[in-house]
Amino acid sequence: MTELLVGTRKGLFVLRGDLGGPFEIAHRAFEGTTIEYAIRDPRSGRYYASVTSGHFGPRVWMADDPRGEWERTAGPAFPEDADATVERIWVITPAEEDGVLWAGVAPAALFRSEDGGKTWELNRGLWDRPERPKWQPGAGGLALHSICPMPGDPDRLTLAISAAGIWHTDDRGRTWRQGNAGIVPLYVPEEARATSEDLCVHNVHRSPLRPERLMLQFHTGVYRSDDGGETWLDIGEGLPSTFGFPMVIDPADPDSGYVIPLVADIDRVTPDGRLRVYETRDAGKSWTARTQGLPQRDAYMTVLRQAFANDGGAPLGLYFGATSGAVFGSADAGETWFTVAERLAPVTSVRVA
Amino acid sequence: MALVTLRAPLKDLAGGQSEIRLDGGSVIEVLRALEREYPRTAGWVLDEQGAIRPHVNVFVNGERTKEDMPVEPDGRLYVLPSISGG
Repeated sequence: MTELLVGTRKGLFVLRGDLGGPFEIAHRAFEGTTIEYAIRDPRSGRYYASVTSGHFGPRVWMADDPRGEWERTAGPAFPEDADATVERIWVITPAEEDGVLWAGVAPAALFRSEDGGKTWELNRGLWDRPERPKWQPGAGGLALHSICPMPGDPDRLTLAISAAGIWHTDDRGRTWRQGNAGIVPLYVPEEARATSEDLCVHNVHRSPLRPERLMLQFHTGVYRSDDGGETWLDIGEGLPSTFGFPMVIDPADPDSGYVIPLVADIDRVTPDGRLRVYETRDAGKSWTARTQGLPQRDAYMTVLRQAFANDGGAPLGLYFGATSGAVFGSADAGETWFTVAERLAPVTSVRVA
Repeated sequence: MALVTLRAPLKDLAGGQSEIRLDGGSVIEVLRALEREYPRTAGWVLDEQGAIRPHVNVFVNGERTKEDMPVEPDGRLYVLPSISGG
């Protein structure tokens, strides 16, 4: 039995089912409210949801059982002197230390909780960066959406901001430095590309087996890093488009990753009306379209950056949801796909509990 | 004391009361009193900078108003989700 946490524009759906068949809606929580992201922390078993009320703002909520009572936490919220208000909570990530969580928000900031999510503190090292006033938002806002801890080393963390690129810390967030060498923003004039800091990273993930290996979906490219995110290599050749939002890296194979290309930033749907997941097994040297079980006609779909997940199993289970409200799954690392749910609300995030 | 009218979900966070009498000489003071009396409402109407959230409307004596608007001792406040979106 697999449990999926599917965040939508109209609440959190807890789906349960067996690989290969449709899942049942085991529970719906936060009806009518946007769930930007929801996870189950494997260390504690506790569930966390980023809940954004259009009226009453965003907060992290937590629960021991997603079908039971959810508790609204005290954040993340900016301190008064920051003169900012949290607009969206994009991601919640367990840290390397017990009981510690990171959260990425818009406007771009990092928060840390040391009490299992009850309270949150702004990371000042990043917030006080002198470049921050110049950071430009992407279409979804100025979002800190990807957080990649370094396995076994709580001092090291990599994160991504749309559109302020990749940032690293080696001292648990006290100081930060950029890591964008090799990333080419094709959307700025050629003469400005080498120096531009308007870097619209859409999603980045780290290989847990080979932590120096990361894969990155950019606004105009797909990249790989073999040196912990200091330099990046273009691996987009062979894809129908290098625009897309989510990315998955196979936890058991650092050379294997998945993307779901969309036409372009001016037409954010699957190309040619075909829903295709592209898989690489050689670190991006080549890509294979995985289509079996996915709609290949009249399918103009959008898959957002947090809406593609894996179960860490062998063979790898993969799940993604579209803004159409459809959710798809694969029990065999993408070779074949089945429909998990057909008609949910627009899907913003998918994670395996 | 001002009479404050709440609707769901704020009403639920205030123990199911739709009308509450609260002290305060201005809108912000009355809303802070609401948060003190009913801590579960904290952060729902006012953001972390003390501003009324953009999609919440506060009316005083029938007029939509802002944080610093004075409130008479017998004033009447309505705290309502705005009609936003489509």
